[in-house]
Amino acid sequence: MKEILELLQTDARLTPGQIAVMLGRDEEEVACKIKEMEENKIILGYFTLINWDKVGEEMVSAIIEVKLSPQREVGFDSVAERIYRFPEVSSVRLMSGAYDLSVMINGRTMKEVAHFVSHKLATIENVISTCTHFVLKTYKYHGTILEDNESDRRLVVTP
Amino acid sequence: MTATVNWQERINPVVRAIPPSGIRRFFDLATEMKGVISLGVGEPDFVTPWHIREACVYSLEKGYTMYTSNNGLLELREEIARDLAETYRVFYNPKNEILITVGVSEGLDLALRTLLSPGDEVLIPEPSYVSYAPCITLAGGRPVYLKTSVDNGFQVTAEMVEKAVTPATKVLLLCYPNNPTGATISRKNLMEIAEVVVARDLLVISDEIYEKLTYIGEHTCVPSLPGMRDRTILLNGFSKSYAMTGWRVGYAAGNPDFIAAMRKIHQYTMLCAPITAQMAALEALRNGKSQMKKMVEQYNRRRRLVLHAFQELGLPCFEPGGAFYAFPEIRQTGLSSEEFAEQLLKEARVAVVPGSAFGEQGEGHIRCSYAASIDDLNEAFKRMKLFLKRRMGRRTVLKGSFVKPGPVSEGRCQSL
Repeated sequence: MKEILELLQTDARLTPGQIAVMLGRDEEEVACKIKEMEENKIILGYFTLINWDKVGEEMVSAIIEVKLSPQREVGFDSVAERIYRFPEVSSVRLMSGAYDLSVMINGRTMKEVAHFVSHKLATIENVISTCTHFVLKTYKYHGTILEDNESDRRLVVTP
Repeated sequence: MTATVNWQERINPVVRAIPPSGIRRFFDLATEMKGVISLGVGEPDFVTPWHIREACVYSLEKGYTMYTSNNGLLELREEIARDLAETYRVFYNPKNEILITVGVSEGLDLALRTLLSPGDEVLIPEPSYVSYAPCITLAGGRPVYLKTSVDNGFQVTAEMVEKAVTPATKVLLLCYPNNPTGATISRKNLMEIAEVVVARDLLVISDEIYEKLTYIGEHTCVPSLPGMRDRTILLNGFSKSYAMTGWRVGYAAGNPDFIAAMRKIHQYTMLCAPITAQMAALEALRNGKSQMKKMVEQYNRRRRLVLHAFQELGLPCFEPGGAFYAFPEIRQTGLSSEEFAEQLLKEARVAVVPGSAFGEQGEGHIRCSYAASIDDLNEAFKRMKLFLKRRMGRRTVLKGSFVKPGPVSEGRCQSL
């Protein structure tokens, strides 16, 4: 199971047939296993990694540090939910250390992000403070180096 | 008046008589072409893991740019001794039983030159790595070939050794996992060979550079066999397991008197292996295991992929248990291995190495390296399929393979 996941994590396009060959398993067995993991929400989705910079699309991303006062019984969970329901929010994580939630947000303009923080995020009950960091450049994302110049430099034929 | 010098005539006849490597011509051909997918490369497609490269840069910053002892860095020899002890329970004294060499290539040359007198015979499996025979010849010896084939899983047997031994036989060269066949050798086979080696009072040079790349069963380190530690010169290095081919660092381990004699040649011809490469090798041994295992895992997946692809193509292919080569048979196409490789390159832009480059026994085969990305492998097989289709016309003659269809199960060929 772990091996199937590792393969899919590096290339979601692999078919059960290809995975079966590479792992020396039966195709049907692999297909079954994948289906099972999808149903159990172990596999949550299949995505494409895109370097939007190259498309020329204007995009602004920011990481927002959010401090909260925890609530009785639910702790941080209910506030986290209020935040992650916004579609412009791409990730929400509870952190140890100086702040509580790390919220990643994608917008089209800086203004749009600023508007989200001041009007929506900061006004949520139990949010004590926010601190917004805009992303200037992404070097590596999801284990992939965005501009990797390490091409195959080997000679064409060697003994 | 100045007479022109005929340099050809001045060249040592032994050197003149050595034919250029069969790979050379192929290399020139492939280099001239564009859009070639190469399955002809005998080295990992991974770049040396970053932590190793980073450690090397740090060593340069710290000013480690001097000679090391002729033996190589003691710390490195200690790590090698520890690795061999932990993995195979073979124990070498790092002080006087291990010599750091410039790759296995130098280790092999040193061992042969230290060992051979004119006329001495060396038994070598065929097909095998292109350098063995020329190195033996240059050291004054005579290569005697042990002809292996797919019928015996490309493994040398005790019987072959017994039959080939003459009073002039001095040493048996073993090289498993094997380049170009990808064959591994069974422990049982090695035990039987060891008996003959002892009975005939031979020595063994064991080139185990692909040792970590063993996918079926476990690798048997030759000196770990009963009675073999005292008769074996073990050669190994970091090129294949840690993706460090260009660093040129390896080692020889064996009897202290013999290692001292090898060191004599080494100190006068090489002095020492580059310190930067030795520092990198040290980092590889200390902290490189998990990344190395990940690479091995990836090779194994590609190995199954390639084996499956040859099945689909209808080219019979022996199941390789080690290294990163597949050695399918191409006889049914009616072409020699050289013709096949050349036409495949020209028509389909896929580079492979003709089996004949590895000795007569390699004829009828091609060597395909699967040290290539999955995408490249898939594309190469797509092209090969079209090529074969064109070649074979409408006939679906290609059939019969050495491996059963269906998923590849482990361990089948181990006892061949």
